[in-house]
Amino acid sequence: MELLRLAVVGSVDDGKSTLIGRLLYETGSLFEDQIASVKKASKQNGCDLDFSLFTDGLKAEREQAITIDVAYRYFGTDKRRFIIVDTPGHVQYTRNMATGASRADAAVVLVDARYGLQQQTRRHAYLLRLLGIDRLAVAINKMDLVGFERARYESIKRDFETFSAPLKFARIDFFPISASGGDNVCAPSPNTPWSESGTILQYLERVAPGSGADSAPLRFPVQTVLRPHLDYRGFAGQLVAGSLKPGDDVLVLPAGRKARVKAIDTFEGELPQAAAPQSVTVRLTEEVDVSRGDVLVSTAEPATVARELEATLVWLSDVPLQVGKPYLVKHGARTTPAKVTALHGRVDLETLNEVPAQGLSANDIGRVSVECSRPLVVDAYTRVRATGAFIVIDPLSNATVAAGMVTRAVKASGDAGVVTADERCTRLGHRGAVLKVLDVQAAERLERRLFDAGIVAAVAGTAEIAAALEKAGVVALLPDGTAANHDLESLIASLR
Amino acid sequence: MRRLTHIQELEAESIQIIREVAAEFQKPVMLYSIGKDSQVMLHLARKAFHPAPIPFPLLHVDTTWKFREMIAFRDAYVKDHGLQLIVHTNHKAVAQGINPFDTTSQKYTWAMKTQALLEVLAERGFDAALGGARRDEERSRAKERVFSFRDKNGVWDPKNQRPELWSLYNARVDRGENMRVFPLSNWTELDVWNYVHTEKLPVVPLYFAAERPVVERDGNLIMVDDERMRLKPGERPVMKRVRFRTLGCYPLSGAIESSAKSVREIIDEMTASRASERQGRMIDHDEDASMELKKREGYF
Repeated sequence: MELLRLAVVGSVDDGKSTLIGRLLYETGSLFEDQIASVKKASKQNGCDLDFSLFTDGLKAEREQAITIDVAYRYFGTDKRRFIIVDTPGHVQYTRNMATGASRADAAVVLVDARYGLQQQTRRHAYLLRLLGIDRLAVAINKMDLVGFERARYESIKRDFETFSAPLKFARIDFFPISASGGDNVCAPSPNTPWSESGTILQYLERVAPGSGADSAPLRFPVQTVLRPHLDYRGFAGQLVAGSLKPGDDVLVLPAGRKARVKAIDTFEGELPQAAAPQSVTVRLTEEVDVSRGDVLVSTAEPATVARELEATLVWLSDVPLQVGKPYLVKHGARTTPAKVTALHGRVDLETLNEVPAQGLSANDIGRVSVECSRPLVVDAYTRVRATGAFIVIDPLSNATVAAGMVTRAVKASGDAGVVTADERCTRLGHRGAVLKVLDVQAAERLERRLFDAGIVAAVAGTAEIAAALEKAGVVALLPDGTAANHDLESLIASLR
Repeated sequence: MRRLTHIQELEAESIQIIREVAAEFQKPVMLYSIGKDSQVMLHLARKAFHPAPIPFPLLHVDTTWKFREMIAFRDAYVKDHGLQLIVHTNHKAVAQGINPFDTTSQKYTWAMKTQALLEVLAERGFDAALGGARRDEERSRAKERVFSFRDKNGVWDPKNQRPELWSLYNARVDRGENMRVFPLSNWTELDVWNYVHTEKLPVVPLYFAAERPVVERDGNLIMVDDERMRLKPGERPVMKRVRFRTLGCYPLSGAIESSAKSVREIIDEMTASRASERQGRMIDHDEDASMELKKREGYF
């Protein structure tokens, strides 16, 4: 049986919780004591069985009768298992919707048949598309309150199709439903003989699952290096895209070194092949330096190595974005200091057009340039979701302040090839050199002074070692009997 | 290539979470309650780091009122697999006479579980604690994050949780703060039993039906596990064929009448059953929204 992650979104009072409660109830996913406790609570509100109460979890929101945070629900049929992310529709909780949609394979958007398309509906469809969902089910709910009138349904459907055309969903299906009455949720409704859509549940059982991650090029972010003993060195992680088998050539990024897969290990033994989203441990034939945050990628379709990104940010925090402020970016298994260097614009959620922006505050969506201190191994989010996504963390409050989606990687440093002298120079802040000195004592004294001035220097035993160090961008100090008197200031200036 | 089954996908997700904890925190620990969920979580941790050992210790918060069979199972399992186990009890509360008979269940849970846990986390400086809780267990759990932030007092603020997007977990904590991490968040009770079945995991025999001495109290079947059990006037233990769906402190764990003697039979029984596993947990029924209140105070 397969797993399908599903986001269900709608405006306040569109009947989201009721729809989810109905799906849980009719697929037999609720227990008798849960039903009894909801019946008890329903009576207090003056009705027999309020389906929305099955999902409204927290005390505060039961009192307010609104969903205030992302909730997860589980149900299944004999065809599929579902994880529903119940995402709040209230305007200040857009961040929660982005959260829910970030993991979803498919989405159901609710529209109240009485009111038709709302501003929120447009926003939700836009956000779902932004977060990478390309198939949508639109449930036109509360059809019972408009007399199951076909013309009303068709007109909302047309409105939705017109407005959503520029968003370029691969496919949109429409359903006339009544969540409270159960029409077209799990069973076809006698009230809509004109509808050929079938039920929501039928749709969920047939919609193509997944983001196609297993057919994308290989992306394997290394989470941790396993070294139980000297003869074993395994790179543990989850395949976020593509597949892998022993004998495959891979690129280790950002370093750009080529390596060959020796084995794919699991607790159960070696695998002949692994694919996204499996968690495995990879061994390589060569002794290549690989650490947490590095990514093994396909040699044919490598990812981009970049420190500068263009991205769309969904701002999540109540503290607004500050351009130039030090943040942290977590991308895959790597966390790097980063700055937003420019804010190019903000999406006006009324028109869904980009407008000039002074800043970004909670629930704003903006287009930005980000500069990271360490290079990241990225793809455009629309190409590979897992390597195109990142979060932004405020290093002082530790809050997750934004969700980011890479639109373009700029100025690929090294472009997955060999590391250049320029790159080393940028990293270390000086060039490599060989300095001849009298003896080891003199070398060590000079090393100390250079070290304190921020220059990476090392004492070299032989001329060969000195040459290698210079190539590595280090200042090599070679004791060879040369009586040299280095003036520190001019020396440093010549190295920068 | 064939798509993974839903259990394989859940397994891969849980392993990613457990590895992330080991990589991101200075001093993580895995809560081990000896129940089926703990057993699955521990197995996943072994898988996550194989062939290396699990890089963190296990922690059992012992109220001193656990079933004897649980403790025996714990000690044997830990020894067989060479695992590192820390056992912690709130001895101060025991000395004060806190027990499941005289104390209200809220106060008992707070002292023996919540307080005990906060105490040992602080004492030992653990900055992350992995727990086997699942979102399908209870309504307030449905909104729990995978990485659930707790402040210096161990407090969970449901209105101020970090947004959690993709599989990118924000693991940053300051000194004194910690993270509760739930790698089984997306598993259901049925998933857990199916996994126990397919992976042939050992579980405490109390999960299987057997003749056990029980008394009926407030609609619950309570097992008389040792001589400390206080019988009320007129109560007399009778032998009944029972088993437990969740395990905890024996005076507070309700048994169900059942004849399921194997994991397969438990799964069959569950598929047919219409009662949730927490029904037998007396501590959850104290008041409406009781789990949420306990969690806010720092309960797991």
